[in-house]
Amino acid sequence: MFRIVMALAAALLALPWSAPALAKATEIQFWHAMGGARGAEIDALVARFNAAQKDVRVVATYKGPYDVVERAVFEAYRAKRTPHLVQVFEVGTADMIAARDLVKPVWRLMVDAGSPLDHGAFVPAVAAYFSDARGRLLALPFNTSTPVLYYNKDAFRKARLDPEHAPKTWYEMPKALGALLDSGAKCALTTTWPSWVLLENMGAWHNQPFATEDNGLGGTDARLNFNTRLMVRWISMLASWYKSGYFTWSGRRDDAEARFASGECAVLTASSSSYAELRRAARFDFGVAQLPYYDDFPEAPQNTLIGGAGLWALNGKTRSEYKAMARFIAYLAQPEVQAQWHQTTGYVPITKAAYMLTEKNGFYLSNPGHQVAVRQLLLRNPTRESKGIRLGHFLAIRAIIEEELEAVWGDRKTPLDALNSAVARGNALLEEFERANAPAGGRARRAKAK
Amino acid sequence: MEKRVVFRSAWLPYLLVAPQIAITVVFFFWPAVQAVWYSFLLQDAFGLKTQFVGLQNFVALFNDPHYLQSFKITALFSVLVAGSGIVISLLLAAMADRVIRGALAYKTLLIWPYAVAPAIAGVLWAFMFAPSIGIVTYALKKMGVDWNWVVNGDQAMLLVVIAAVWNQISYNFLFFLAGLQSIPKSLIEAAAIDGAGPVRRFGSIVLPLLSPTTFFLLVINIVYAFFATFGVIDATTQGGPAGATQILVYKVFYDGVKAGDLGGSSAQSVVLMFIVITLTVIQFRFIERRVQY
Repeated sequence: MFRIVMALAAALLALPWSAPALAKATEIQFWHAMGGARGAEIDALVARFNAAQKDVRVVATYKGPYDVVERAVFEAYRAKRTPHLVQVFEVGTADMIAARDLVKPVWRLMVDAGSPLDHGAFVPAVAAYFSDARGRLLALPFNTSTPVLYYNKDAFRKARLDPEHAPKTWYEMPKALGALLDSGAKCALTTTWPSWVLLENMGAWHNQPFATEDNGLGGTDARLNFNTRLMVRWISMLASWYKSGYFTWSGRRDDAEARFASGECAVLTASSSSYAELRRAARFDFGVAQLPYYDDFPEAPQNTLIGGAGLWALNGKTRSEYKAMARFIAYLAQPEVQAQWHQTTGYVPITKAAYMLTEKNGFYLSNPGHQVAVRQLLLRNPTRESKGIRLGHFLAIRAIIEEELEAVWGDRKTPLDALNSAVARGNALLEEFERANAPAGGRARRAKAK
Repeated sequence: MEKRVVFRSAWLPYLLVAPQIAITVVFFFWPAVQAVWYSFLLQDAFGLKTQFVGLQNFVALFNDPHYLQSFKITALFSVLVAGSGIVISLLLAAMADRVIRGALAYKTLLIWPYAVAPAIAGVLWAFMFAPSIGIVTYALKKMGVDWNWVVNGDQAMLLVVIAAVWNQISYNFLFFLAGLQSIPKSLIEAAAIDGAGPVRRFGSIVLPLLSPTTFFLLVINIVYAFFATFGVIDATTQGGPAGATQILVYKVFYDGVKAGDLGGSSAQSVVLMFIVITLTVIQFRFIERRVQY
């Protein structure tokens, strides 16, 4: 009796596994960096894809945070055991492009598979980050967001400010911040990811440069040049706000999110993808508004930049594996799939069609916060300064920028000195990156092309 | 007459030490040699392209004022960590040695922190001292202290020192306790009969007899502060604010592992290796002479 039961159990257990084996599904390894609730969304997305067809089975693996995933790819490459698809954050884009043998450009993958992507369908500010100089997608933008302004409506009411209208410009801001502090707020304005929000995005938003060579999209010989009049003014203003308690520094990561959610800070600049988390954690009514700007800059507001990650296809796979990868990527780019991903995660949609679809369904009426980010990205056609930023050693450059900012708040450097020093130190890294990545071959080819 | 054990065969002793030598070579010498080799190279993050650049990595390093500043910070950090770590654990060990009731419980509790990984210790302390939400911050604010280590460099240094010391105290404590227990009671009793008080007994008998232990711990703690503390720093300050806690080993870790600059990072680790070798030689040549075994 016992044996029969065991045999039955074994047969039952084997059943779900043997079914795909019979169909000979191509297995695609997909490494990602989404933990927690976002990871669950990826699993659900992959499960829907696997259920929708029988030929391809995607296996999603959480490999740790972004920098760990990128390192895992380095190591996998050295060990010659790379996955098929990998999610790499925007900071690692230059590394991925520089490693020519590692990556199979997505546009080529799709062309080879006979299902080329329509590049015009993508939101330009999103796609540019991951495109080559000719506008072809090197990676599929996957989860992208942009910084927006969050404000505590209850605190605004207490300070007798209009809870439906956050300050539109940085000139209107100090009035509101002062009123908030006077009404008992412990902290007025704070920010997450300072380099991304305060420098990179402020530059693009005012159509001012961050680096030469179209912020590095044009080549590895880019050099930083964000020590502009705009930035000196902006950082000087923040420094004076810091001294008077209008602005609070919450460190280099996203600790500011918790300070806003706890009600301590009344105004926050953070990624649009923080929305879901804030909604869950905040015990008060909050609003989402466009990132403020200086209205005396004629070109502001231009459009903001994205942060987040792209999906890269890796080289050295078989033809059937490439086909399978292309199918998954085509699936992800579908408007319905994109719209759902956008609505559940708060990441911006990568195609205009997904945006339209979400709008048509009336989603934004009940979730106006989700629309702010998309509008910021779609505001104008991206320019050379607002397409995106692609630099080598970008992670280290960000750390340098934040280190210099800390010296400003600590009163050890003037804003101008700090910005100049950040540019000089960052450029030393960029020079090294250029030397390491543009040896004989790359340089010579560039020269010939010119 | 002294009795000596001599191996008859010529190869047996080598065979017996071979496993240890193999482990040392594979896990210590080989990586060290590799670090020296890498420090002369310029590589991209994937190791796809490599070029020999001679001493260029070193020249770049010593032209970087922030790297030179990192030396001063490291010196301060390691003196604070090794100094306070040894003093506090000696104090704890001396007290635990005197406890009669519940001694085992005290000892166990004091040894516990050693089982905590440095990164986790860092996160724990960072939480307690977090600006605005930390419980210690809250208490400090009540006392009128403006605790904000994300901007104040001295406070950040204090935080990483506390976390690093806390993590290492148990180790020091164990050695001091063992040292104290191996001091013959008769010596202390004789001094007591001669009329020496507890402080005098500690200063004239216990401390000199503990000097080998103290010396050993000094070497170990300096090495710990130089090499094993990047986990604490990565979990708390990440070298900031404005480089106030950027110790040499954290820069090695950051540049090499996070920023993907293998050549520069290797050059730094070679420099670090020489510093620690020099320090250890100095310690053995000059301080060890005063140690009474």
